[in-house]
Amino acid sequence: MKVTNTALATLMVLGTVTGAAADIKLGASLSASGPAAFLGDPEAKTLYMLVDDLNAKGGINGEKIELVIYDDGGDPNKARTFATRLVEDDEVVAIIGGSTTGTTMSILSVAEDEGIPFISLAGAIQIIDPVREYVFKTPHTDRMACEKIFTDMQKNGITKIGMISGTGGFGASMEAQCVDVAGNYGVEILVQETYSRQDADMTPQLTKIKSTEGVEAVLNPGFGQGPAIVTRNYAQLGIDLPLYQSHGVASDGFIELAGKEAAEGVRLPGTALLIADIMEEGDPQKEVVIAYKTAYEEEYGEAVSTFGGYAHDAFRLMTDAMARAGSSDPSAIRDALEATSGMVGTTGTYTFSPDDHLGLDLSAFRMLEIRDGKWTSID
Amino acid sequence: MTLKNNWVQLAILAVIIVILPTFFPSGYYYRVGALVFVNALSVVGLVILIGYAGQISLGHAGFAGIGAYACALAPVHLGIPPVLAILLGAAISAVLALLIGRPILRLKGYYLGVATLGFGILVSMVLSNERGLTGGPDGMSVPSLGLRPLLRDMGLRLSGGEFWYIFNAAALLIGIWIAINLYQSATGRAMRALHGSETAAQTVGIDVARFKLQAFIISAVYASVGGSLLALQNGFITPDVAGFMHSVEMVTMAVLGGVGSVLGATFGAAVLTLLPQILTVFHEYEHLVLGLVMILVMIFLPLGLLPSLAARIRWRGV
Repeated sequence: MKVTNTALATLMVLGTVTGAAADIKLGASLSASGPAAFLGDPEAKTLYMLVDDLNAKGGINGEKIELVIYDDGGDPNKARTFATRLVEDDEVVAIIGGSTTGTTMSILSVAEDEGIPFISLAGAIQIIDPVREYVFKTPHTDRMACEKIFTDMQKNGITKIGMISGTGGFGASMEAQCVDVAGNYGVEILVQETYSRQDADMTPQLTKIKSTEGVEAVLNPGFGQGPAIVTRNYAQLGIDLPLYQSHGVASDGFIELAGKEAAEGVRLPGTALLIADIMEEGDPQKEVVIAYKTAYEEEYGEAVSTFGGYAHDAFRLMTDAMARAGSSDPSAIRDALEATSGMVGTTGTYTFSPDDHLGLDLSAFRMLEIRDGKWTSID
Repeated sequence: MTLKNNWVQLAILAVIIVILPTFFPSGYYYRVGALVFVNALSVVGLVILIGYAGQISLGHAGFAGIGAYACALAPVHLGIPPVLAILLGAAISAVLALLIGRPILRLKGYYLGVATLGFGILVSMVLSNERGLTGGPDGMSVPSLGLRPLLRDMGLRLSGGEFWYIFNAAALLIGIWIAINLYQSATGRAMRALHGSETAAQTVGIDVARFKLQAFIISAVYASVGGSLLALQNGFITPDVAGFMHSVEMVTMAVLGGVGSVLGATFGAAVLTLLPQILTVFHEYEHLVLGLVMILVMIFLPLGLLPSLAARIRWRGV
């Protein structure tokens, strides 16, 4: 039993060290490792960078921010424990995080029970619908991505499509949302195929879609490497129809993975971050987007991703609310957060209200097309 | 291990559980403690299967998944109170273990490992793909146990962490008590006999197939109850609970702590649950350190932490 006691003693010592005096404590549980690391890693880096930057500028109303980040590895179980730890042990006044919908849903009930404002970085609509008092989120919902894509299809006179989706959480959830709203845009889904996370070749599914009579375009909800394989197989099969991807692949990594030639002409709804260089002067988001992109790329020497942008927006929203609340009382911060209006972020312009804790509309999404290995806006 | 020894160990564990909270600087430690106990409970089941009967299972997370989702689904769809849902999950797990145990326990060694692994993966696939029922990979929320408000009405106010610390500790102590009893019963002796040598056990008239199956079912029920408690405690569950990694984690806890003793199971569960919490300080090196600890234990303490340390201390005559 000696070792147990030593372990616990160590734990307690650590507890008292991290529990030392601080100014404003901000907590985060992100998936910086594991299968969702491509989300959590840029998110964590973004938060570290922004906190240092803010503290160097004097903090909020003269108080410095202390950031406590835990890596939940994408495991909702761990996320739950870390959320409890953030609230009860680290005594943070606000939480950012939940890189995935799964981890968000398990942090969410802790935040609600303890009355701690919480901004999630995950996609699914169920996070903010129904609205929960203390829960907000920065990314668009998958439903909005579907709506944006179908709007573009409508514009191009496309009415009959085929769909190929990943069976993971993101792909399956977006697939369901797309099927749900397709009718509103006069779009009919003629054929639906799926692939699982480990699939290395989607040729059979795509061949079936190709041979389906009347398909005018193909939509692929999913993230990770699946969509890149779909894109490559799509080109190999010589399918000559527009290919729509989701916002889940909105990063330069996708173009690299799929290959420049195969990715040519792929369309997807994305954020301003990807087209920072070619944004028009006077675009309200331009200044924010360029500032974040430049700072991040200088600090870490790697390209920004949409996901880091979600963390950026969450941090800006939270610190802005803290500044306006004028105190570090969680419920005061929550009230200030809900009163946020016209806050420009990389993802869009946020205006929260008591019955809208996402605060974005479709206009925040930009329809992008990959041309010559680069993102272009086709709105 | 003598009879006296086992009860002494149980008593020591109970005392530790009671005394520990006086050292807790914050409510969060109750939560971690509760997590240790719930993991330990599942591992005690595995000790019965691996340590007593000498069989292996790489799919016990499947039973944890069944227990967890029984608590999530039964109260909503069948209107059963969550406490009874734990029993329902355990019953379903037992029946399933009976059905699949019969054919697969004829297999030995690697083959048994692979067959059980297949079972675990099947359960987690069903949970992931039946979106309409389980919410798919995004998981679903679990209704509250409802005991806490009841206690509050009786004048006993407990925080969530405190409540689960006590509740899970009680479940674990009962679980260990049953396991120790089993160890000393005729059934336990039969299981240990077939662990030693299946042929010899058969020769002296032990119904090998029956006792293997019993061990399998008992351990499935432990895993199921563990899964239920985990789900109820977290209030949210995803198919990961039935995933392959969770199965491996459970076996690792059992092997790390020492597969021969139920107390070792608690110890293994404690180490593997606490390490990731302690190692958050090292952040990026967590997996590295965890891996190193495992390798060192396997090389220098091959019997598992507790039995190896105990043997070493005895050897030095301390």
